Amino acid sequence: MAQTSSVSTVSRRAVPPWRDVRVLKILSQIVFTALVIAVAGLLYSNMKRGLESRGLWGGFGFLRLEAGFDIGEGIAYDPSDSYARAFLVGVVNTLRVTAVGIALATIVGVMAGVARLSSNWLVNKLASVYIEGIRNTPLLVQLFVWYFAVIMKLPRIKQSKVLPGPIFISNRGVALPCPVPSDSFNLWRLYLLAALAAALTLGIARARGQQRMGRPPFSGIWVGAAFVGIAALGWFLVPGSPLVLDRPSLQGLNYRGGLSLTPEFTALLVGLVVYTGAFIAEVVRAGILAVPRGQIEAARALGLTESQILRLVIFPQALRVIIPPLTSQYLNLAKNSSLAIAIGFPDLFNVAGTIFNQTGRSLQVIVIIMASYLTMSLFTSLLMNIYNRRVQFVER
Amino acid sequence: MTTISEAMQPPRTSIGPLGWLKQNLFNTWYNALLTFASLGLIYVALRGVLVWALTKARWEAVTTNLVLFMIGPFPRQQVWRIWACLAMVALLGGLSWLAWGPWGERFKKARRWVLIGWLLSFPATLLLLRGLDGSSILPPVGTNLWGGLLLTFVLAIVSIVASFPLGVLLALGRRSSLPVIRIFSTLYIELIRGVPLVTVLFMAQIMLPLFLPEEVRVDKVVRAIVGFTLFTAAYIAENVRGGLAAVPPGQYEAARALGLSGWQVMVLIVLPQALRAVIPPIVGQFIALFKDTSLVAIVGLMDLLNIAKCVVAQPEFMGLKREVYLFVAVIYFVFSYAMSYASRRLEVALGVGER
Repeated sequence: MAQTSSVSTVSRRAVPPWRDVRVLKILSQIVFTALVIAVAGLLYSNMKRGLESRGLWGGFGFLRLEAGFDIGEGIAYDPSDSYARAFLVGVVNTLRVTAVGIALATIVGVMAGVARLSSNWLVNKLASVYIEGIRNTPLLVQLFVWYFAVIMKLPRIKQSKVLPGPIFISNRGVALPCPVPSDSFNLWRLYLLAALAAALTLGIARARGQQRMGRPPFSGIWVGAAFVGIAALGWFLVPGSPLVLDRPSLQGLNYRGGLSLTPEFTALLVGLVVYTGAFIAEVVRAGILAVPRGQIEAARALGLTESQILRLVIFPQALRVIIPPLTSQYLNLAKNSSLAIAIGFPDLFNVAGTIFNQTGRSLQVIVIIMASYLTMSLFTSLLMNIYNRRVQFVER
Repeated sequence: MTTISEAMQPPRTSIGPLGWLKQNLFNTWYNALLTFASLGLIYVALRGVLVWALTKARWEAVTTNLVLFMIGPFPRQQVWRIWACLAMVALLGGLSWLAWGPWGERFKKARRWVLIGWLLSFPATLLLLRGLDGSSILPPVGTNLWGGLLLTFVLAIVSIVASFPLGVLLALGRRSSLPVIRIFSTLYIELIRGVPLVTVLFMAQIMLPLFLPEEVRVDKVVRAIVGFTLFTAAYIAENVRGGLAAVPPGQYEAARALGLSGWQVMVLIVLPQALRAVIPPIVGQFIALFKDTSLVAIVGLMDLLNIAKCVVAQPEFMGLKREVYLFVAVIYFVFSYAMSYASRRLEVALGVGER
């Protein structure tokens, strides 16, 4: 009787609360939280005092005030518009350069990555000089070189270089021909919708057939052919051409018509594409090298042609290695576009800097910048993760 | 008598330079086409660059300002201090080569001292550069006078050293079993990785003085270092996390079975293995940081790139932007390439990924 009670007291006392892991875990988390809150509170109160003494404390109401400064390019904007509108112009400019940059950098990167693996010694070395040279210098220096040492040294607008197209190149930027919708475009849009519907129907039928029979009932080319065929039919049936090529021309000291890119946009775009392209090339190379040699030899032994091997064996397997690092390169490109401030392209960060200089609302401006970039990063990784899930093979 | 080594000579794979050409450049018709296209490209590019660099370019903007590019406005009478730092680093490098090089076995006992020397060199360098208040031998040199390549290196080295412990802590925090600490670390890492470096630098320049009480003044270089440290720590944390994940679970279990405590398992068993595996990515991070220090030019520090900007703004060097920016690009390239080459050698020497 006495013995059992002493055993139970020993087992109860064996772990005092200050040595009990469960208690310690909870306690340490409480201490950590308290510490973080205390430090954050101290910093917050310091900042609040500092900003209040300068009369800069407050919410986001200043966004409705008149901006009063000009922005070089972007969507419709007037200096009498609000700060919120100025932010929006910056965001759209960032998105514009990022979207075009991602598309072009992917093309450059894939080409350079494949060239880096070429059996042709000269092509191989050329690609590696490009990749190593670009990867080992800072992007900011490259942007300076592109903007100040290349684009600013191009001939004046009166002596523009003219490439066939016509494409005008001068130190006032680049002007390209671009297609614009004509009067019959609305009519043609109906044909486009019909083409889309036909392609979708065929695509769904193909997927269903594949599910039922284990192999697609007809080649995927037919889906594309249906779309192109109906769209082309519409092109000839509508009166006139629905899209006409707007060619730029030199008028006075400006380009008229076409699509003209400012020197800042051109420099930023070229810089980002060349820089990110070199990194994507390494990603592509690593992805292709990750496909085991046995796969290629087995495919050859089965009698596949070289193009079939590339299309059916190497590419799908390389893609699953490539997608995750490619995503982070896309994100890097979006984030690096903030260096636009160094060459005066009015992106989000640049516009926000101007707004900060005018209003002094440091906290609000930084919150807006960070929130915008985080949203963009999250959205891009979301899209790429969805795509990644589609290309990953189901492990058996 | 033929020895075995002679008998095992590899067969010649190609027959002379012509055979090499045929095999590597003209083995198929499209490769021949590619070769000619590349040759044309190389000819046009090299000719343009060489003609410009040798005849048209005026390099006096670079040659007259060489010292400025290297050390910025650092007082010229105090340059010996920089030489002393370089000599110290060179000496330590030589000693390390002795201790770990081909005759390393003989100096095995000295390795510990060389490591201590490296650790001490860090505060010694900063002391030498900064100087002491009221000292006549080492008059203080304010950080506003540090510039050029010197500042670039100080920013990169101090930031990577400071961000390393923070990064390890964040990596451990992200793998912690305590939800509060895990969530905090994850939030910090993802927040920093989601925004551009220049916004973090901007925040460090603008917000840091606001966060601190008004009496505390932080100079610009320290603010930039804080920004770089906070930024790089998040990336190092992800690298270290990869290293931690690569340590086999058996190591934890064996260490626990031997009776080591949680901290002992981490410090004695897991971290040494994890950190050894992440040396190459951390060197890569350092190279990235070295290149990214050029961003301080945007927030107004006198680093290598900003010195270049100031030089081309001087009236006597107007219109020499090509020469100056190319020179700066070449400097960055030489150092980054040398470091990435060394890191590849290190990777081979450490045998990472081979065991």
